[in-house]
Amino acid sequence: MGIETITRAEPRELAALDLPRVRDDFPILFQKVHGKPLVYLDNAATSQKPRAVLEALQHFYTADCSNIHRGVHLLSERATAAYEAAREKVREFINAGESREIVFVRGTTEAINLVAYTFGRQQLQPGDEILITAMEHHSNIVPWQILCETGAKLRVAPINDAGELLLDDFEKLLTGRVKLVCVAHVSNALGTVNPVRQIIRMSHSRGIPVLVDGAQAAPHMKVDVRDLDCDFYAFSGHKVYGPTGIGALYGKAALLEAMPPFHGGGDMIRSVTFEKTLYNSIPYKFEGGTPHIAGAIGLGAAIDYVSRIGMDRIAAHEHDLLTYGTQVLARISGLRLIGTARQKAGVISFILEGIHPHDAGTILDQEGIAVRTGHHCAQPVMERFSIPATTRASFALYNTREEIDALAAGIEKVKGIFA
Amino acid sequence: MSDLSDLYQEVVVDHSKRPRNFRKIEGAARAAEGYNPLCGDRVAVYVKLDGDRVADVSFQGSGCAISTASASIMTETVKGKTIKEAGVLFDSFHDLVTTGNAASSRATPLGKLEVFSNVSNYPARVKCATLVWHTLQSALRGEQGAVSTE
Repeated sequence: MGIETITRAEPRELAALDLPRVRDDFPILFQKVHGKPLVYLDNAATSQKPRAVLEALQHFYTADCSNIHRGVHLLSERATAAYEAAREKVREFINAGESREIVFVRGTTEAINLVAYTFGRQQLQPGDEILITAMEHHSNIVPWQILCETGAKLRVAPINDAGELLLDDFEKLLTGRVKLVCVAHVSNALGTVNPVRQIIRMSHSRGIPVLVDGAQAAPHMKVDVRDLDCDFYAFSGHKVYGPTGIGALYGKAALLEAMPPFHGGGDMIRSVTFEKTLYNSIPYKFEGGTPHIAGAIGLGAAIDYVSRIGMDRIAAHEHDLLTYGTQVLARISGLRLIGTARQKAGVISFILEGIHPHDAGTILDQEGIAVRTGHHCAQPVMERFSIPATTRASFALYNTREEIDALAAGIEKVKGIFA
Repeated sequence: MSDLSDLYQEVVVDHSKRPRNFRKIEGAARAAEGYNPLCGDRVAVYVKLDGDRVADVSFQGSGCAISTASASIMTETVKGKTIKEAGVLFDSFHDLVTTGNAASSRATPLGKLEVFSNVSNYPARVKCATLVWHTLQSALRGEQGAVSTE
């Protein structure tokens, strides 16, 4: 869990980030938007890419581009080695036991769908239940609703006004009918860090496997799937400073082996005849078709980059931004924070009295400030707080306190227009 | 690049804070609902007809300043017009917010609607301005079901 990671890191007296140097690694940051310096605070949607990632992509396409697991020629061997090396980097990044437990996918959404269409269809019977929370992203709701068309039921554990999961209610919903628990590690709309280790313990004590949606956690804290003991963990590369279109699903080997394949096609088979097809071993069984090879290599480069800086140091920096940002924004009259959990990641969602978030977003954009406005693909969360939308600022390792000051000044300008 | 004050003109801010004709017409001859799933804006339009003339028109709903002001000014402009004239106005308004220019019709000038000419500089906001017009069209055509921008 994020805060625990930070607490554990403190005694080591982490040296602070060398912020100017870090920012230098991200060429996109040095541009003007509507004549103002870009202040990029939409990192929960996607984060920017360091030069090391851009160079890895460039290198693949200029030197090694080839298909993998097929050719006997040198380029194919190099491409295969780089792709598999990236898998090993992902394994180490989340501390999985074996690299065959890492399946490359397009992103968190595909990872969750993979589990729903394979594990879910195989395991769930009519009347069985899937338990999620009230703070899930649509991608951890809709795949389960689709699965429920076969007769299973979706149950939702409630949250309180701060945006925290009500663990007692969650536990009450953990009945014998529940066959799978699916929960966000960190809420994208509220920033809440869920007590996933506790959730997993509670579920496992009843023999229920747990999928963790790590899209908003992997970029911001050290993730250890063996320590968590989760059964599945999903995350997207593009939020961890990697390319879009690549992500990873971790699954315990025994579970992955028992699951049917996802996409039929090339690379996922051992042998094909019209009478019988034998499937490949894991993880290849789930990687039908030519994968996003360059993307995987780029994700590997992104993991190298954040690992060099240190996830603990990144978490500490973002925690400082969250604390500072919360203080600065809370002082603005008419501003209400949405999501005030005690354990939070670097996400500040808010509404301004009498001002619609889309107007705020347009005005902030004119000030060079990129924030997300809307329901953040979490309409049930908006409904829970009886609001149509929020404005959301979300932080990354390259953000500064000065950028938060710029956001505060921008908000004052928004208020001025509607005064 | 355009200046923000061109988008949020005083008239727009005023109509967004104090929308006109923001009510339900009981027993309205025509009504329709509009929804923008991308941003969650919802609007309902009510029309009372006198022959083919809009005797009264009103709206309710929740949305951003652009969509609320657009709805408010639309009701003011359309009241008293024929169904055909309302259609002509919509076409000119649509041109205005997508291109910044409207082939102005002498018979049915845009009038106050001209304040939305700068919406065309903010492509993400065009739907905010047009949702209520699509909803009105639907109401005038007597269609069932909600209009969606998507």
